[in-house]
Amino acid sequence: MEKVVRGFYSIAHSVKLCKPNVIAAYPITPQTEIVENLAEMYANGELGDCEYVTAESEFGAASILVGASAAGARTFTATCSQGLILMSEVLINAAGMRLPIVLVNTNRALSAPLSIWNDHQDSMVLRDGGLMQIHVETNQEAHDMVPVAFKVAEDHKVMLPFMINMDGYKLTHAYEPIDLLEQEMVDTFLPPYNPPVYMTTKDPLTFGSYAPPQYYAEFRVALQNAMERARKVLEKAYKEWAEITGRDWGGHIVAEGVEDADLVAISMGSLTGMVRDVISELRNQGKKVGLLKIRTFRPFPAKEVRGALKDAEKILVFERAVSFGHGGPVGMEVKSACFGLTPEFYSFAVGLGGRDVPREEIVRIISDVYYGKVDQGFHFGTVKPFEEVIV
Amino acid sequence: MVMKITLGGISKPHSSKTMKTGDWGTEYPVVDEEKCTACKTCEYLCPDACIVVVEKEDEKKVAVPDYEYCKGCGVCFSVCPVDAIKMELKDIYKLEVC
Repeated sequence: MEKVVRGFYSIAHSVKLCKPNVIAAYPITPQTEIVENLAEMYANGELGDCEYVTAESEFGAASILVGASAAGARTFTATCSQGLILMSEVLINAAGMRLPIVLVNTNRALSAPLSIWNDHQDSMVLRDGGLMQIHVETNQEAHDMVPVAFKVAEDHKVMLPFMINMDGYKLTHAYEPIDLLEQEMVDTFLPPYNPPVYMTTKDPLTFGSYAPPQYYAEFRVALQNAMERARKVLEKAYKEWAEITGRDWGGHIVAEGVEDADLVAISMGSLTGMVRDVISELRNQGKKVGLLKIRTFRPFPAKEVRGALKDAEKILVFERAVSFGHGGPVGMEVKSACFGLTPEFYSFAVGLGGRDVPREEIVRIISDVYYGKVDQGFHFGTVKPFEEVIV
Repeated sequence: MVMKITLGGISKPHSSKTMKTGDWGTEYPVVDEEKCTACKTCEYLCPDACIVVVEKEDEKKVAVPDYEYCKGCGVCFSVCPVDAIKMELKDIYKLEVC
């Protein structure tokens, strides 16, 4: 049933249909309305066999879910920015404990200075934490990826936390017509959680217990192996989802017009729509340009990215975060995937802390790269000239 | 031989009985049984339940450290009201400086 709803509701509705057993959350802009919607559903008795816990912090929320997940519950939370990094100690533990917690991160900039607006700095900090991560472009894609996240996270070949990244404000606050899922459709796709191991009060267990140097490495290899297996499991779930719903969001990447492209522009998240629009106009003008949308960020689809970029002469990455002291985090991954190939490489950090990325900026950056007007390497998008002074 | 590891490092209760952690510390507590009054201050405040007051054969009660798990933090030494506990450096950390 198509309905005009906000990004928040598109997530909450989908979470409800996945029948979670425990939701624990702490409010943070621009995520709050997701869990507010869920709290309302809970209060109305729409969440069935679910406990909704209002935690005292994001650290508490994530910790509650670790306990619940270890007890065999299907678990969900949503957060972003400072909340996500406050959760990070627990979430990285959850990955090591192989607990399939699903969370939605409504991407927001990190302090300082304080910003409540959108970029990808928060999720990038969790890059090496052992969580699966995907980025969505639209609210419909966000809505659709919730059941996919539960299915993949809870697959016995995987058993890892799953983080869906959706751009704060750009998506969360936007009203869009969403084809809302029906319960039967989700039930066909997503079986009830069948934990391979769980604890009870009669049969207590310790999760993630002490591993001295002679044992630790093997657990980390097992985690890496699970991430590697997740590639196939995730791809299969994407396909199955497309078959059931008729909405095909693509695989780990979506390559559009890259076969004959001299320049391929790369984007993740909601900015992709604008980049696609500009690329499509440039193609109509006869320019050989293509688009690569990266959907799965962890496990990183290096083989697919390399395949899509093998004939490109110029690669241009639109970054939404900075790895200070190096460059753009997506560009770093892309370069590593393309090792041995010799395209020109450009990366531009745009829209930091919610700065508007007007269409003209995308056009200007693509043109500058296309016509060789900028040096290779990492750049910032539109930044005013400034001088740093003491107060 | 293939090593077996559990999913997510899960272990069953009592597995710490075979996982001794007493080698972590640098120092270890030594109780002066003459001075010890068995007041249990150390027992209450030890963060790892590693010092317990027990009754000896001569019916005298004294605090006894469990060196298999003691990390040598020195809390018992700090809180003892009668200075009956001193911390000693383990032999492997004793260096002869020329």
